[in-house]
Amino acid sequence: MNSALEFDHVTFRYPGAARPVLENFCLTIEPGARMAILGQNGAGKTTLLHLALGWLKPQAGSIRLAGKPLSAYRRQELGQQIGLVPQSEHSAFEYSLLEFVLLGRAPYLPPLAMPTEQDVAMARRAIQQVGLSSLETRSILNISGGERQLVLMARALAQQPGLLLLDEPTSHLDLGNKVRLMQLLRECSAQGVTVVFTTHEPEFAAAMATHLVLMQKGQILNAGYLDEVFNGDNLTQLYQAPVTVVELEGRKVALW
Amino acid sequence: MGASLFLGRYPTPGWISLERLNSDAMAQSLVWNLRAPRIVVAILLGASLACAGAVFQTIFGNPLIEPGFLGVSQGAAFGAAFSILFLVNSAWAVQASAALFALLGLGLSYLLARRVRYGGWLLRLVLAGIAVSALFSSAVGVLKYIADPLRELPEITFWLLGGLSSISWPRALSILPAVLLGLFVCYRMRWRMNLLALSDETAFSLGAAPGRERILLLVAAVLPTAAVISVAGMVGWVGLIIPHMARRLFGADGRYALPAAMLIGAIFTVLCDDLGRTLFTGEIPLGIVTSLLGALTFLILMMRPVNVKGV
Repeated sequence: MNSALEFDHVTFRYPGAARPVLENFCLTIEPGARMAILGQNGAGKTTLLHLALGWLKPQAGSIRLAGKPLSAYRRQELGQQIGLVPQSEHSAFEYSLLEFVLLGRAPYLPPLAMPTEQDVAMARRAIQQVGLSSLETRSILNISGGERQLVLMARALAQQPGLLLLDEPTSHLDLGNKVRLMQLLRECSAQGVTVVFTTHEPEFAAAMATHLVLMQKGQILNAGYLDEVFNGDNLTQLYQAPVTVVELEGRKVALW
Repeated sequence: MGASLFLGRYPTPGWISLERLNSDAMAQSLVWNLRAPRIVVAILLGASLACAGAVFQTIFGNPLIEPGFLGVSQGAAFGAAFSILFLVNSAWAVQASAALFALLGLGLSYLLARRVRYGGWLLRLVLAGIAVSALFSSAVGVLKYIADPLRELPEITFWLLGGLSSISWPRALSILPAVLLGLFVCYRMRWRMNLLALSDETAFSLGAAPGRERILLLVAAVLPTAAVISVAGMVGWVGLIIPHMARRLFGADGRYALPAAMLIGAIFTVLCDDLGRTLFTGEIPLGIVTSLLGALTFLILMMRPVNVKGV
């Protein structure tokens, strides 16, 4: 069986930058996996997601989605296959939640078409999944940071991708919403969606992920099943600060 | 808008009656040859400027932008003046030259903004746009200086004032293709436009080609703008204020906001022109009326709560 996503000796450098962000980077992501990417600020996590999306193109090496190079897909196909939940998103205008989430249906519509009733129904369901149905007609400028993050998640759900990329999805969420997001991502993964997310919260990674990648300066420090990689030594090395891992009621917790 | 045909200062200030129109050849000619084309151009002008404003504001994610800020209007004015002075003074040539320089103004603003080393992208864009506009407007000044004061200067000055007093049918018809084509493309892309307001990588993740599609939409918006500027000169405020009104009344979604902006822009401009030509014996330039009425309506609307729509 093909891997869901595969980085094959990928090197990427931003134009004008002295050093590449990723160099000779290899990573294989199994279908249905929930992979957490941990790393210091500036380790290349977001760049990794943008490469996986096909938005950034590597100068060397190749990235394959279900065995086929990303560059061989049409844009619209990529939009149907890969969803992105960015860290945050600025909007200058007062879109309603529903109008905003409806944009997730764009990859299924020809460029000049209008969304159908069915698309609207799917957007509604996505909003319901993240628990914001009561705010459907509220302006996206008039909700909290956490709610906005859930709206971005709902847009990606409406997109129905096979691979979901999330960039620090919990950075603005309170505890209740973190739990809700975790359940949602588990449901997605149970339906066969591959989930890849970056985070600065080892606990969220430990509770959520099946696989873990530790990134340092564009290189993989360690990667593998969560149980193998999530330990005090590795996290200490990653963050260059003393971290111990203890197990509490069957869950791993990082103490620092 | 139809009623505007009957509104004017002939034979007396106010409305012209149907009987009078049936019996008076002078009145018929006036309504058909002067008022009708003028109203048609007012409609096209209002719809084009409001449409361009809505597109620019959405794509650049900045509610304070209008074509005038990004070198488009000044570019078009320069193109028109340049054509009158050095090329053929035919409607088509003036229009083509206006469109060319309007696009050049936009392109230049964009390229400069990428090189400016100060502030965020939007600030850079507006700064570059202001600089390019100033450049074109000084170039227009030079053209005025070297223009023949009897033949060419009055014609160039006319663009800078903005007005519809010299509109005839041939002029009105000459801008029709460019305006209709541009508005049609924008109208068809009205939902897609929402996507192009998102960040590049998000728009890409939703299956769009952000760079290419934005340029297509911008060109589609600039084309009618340059065409109307080439016959009616520079009319301010419509492009800035009308899209705000449309969003206030119909929500931010381009599906409703864009057609609403076109329609409100058309009605608003016809209304302003009606007022401009009937209030006093002399005509008030259109730009003055649009600024006055636009700013007032704008303030009133901004003080009301927003209307956010479901879908």
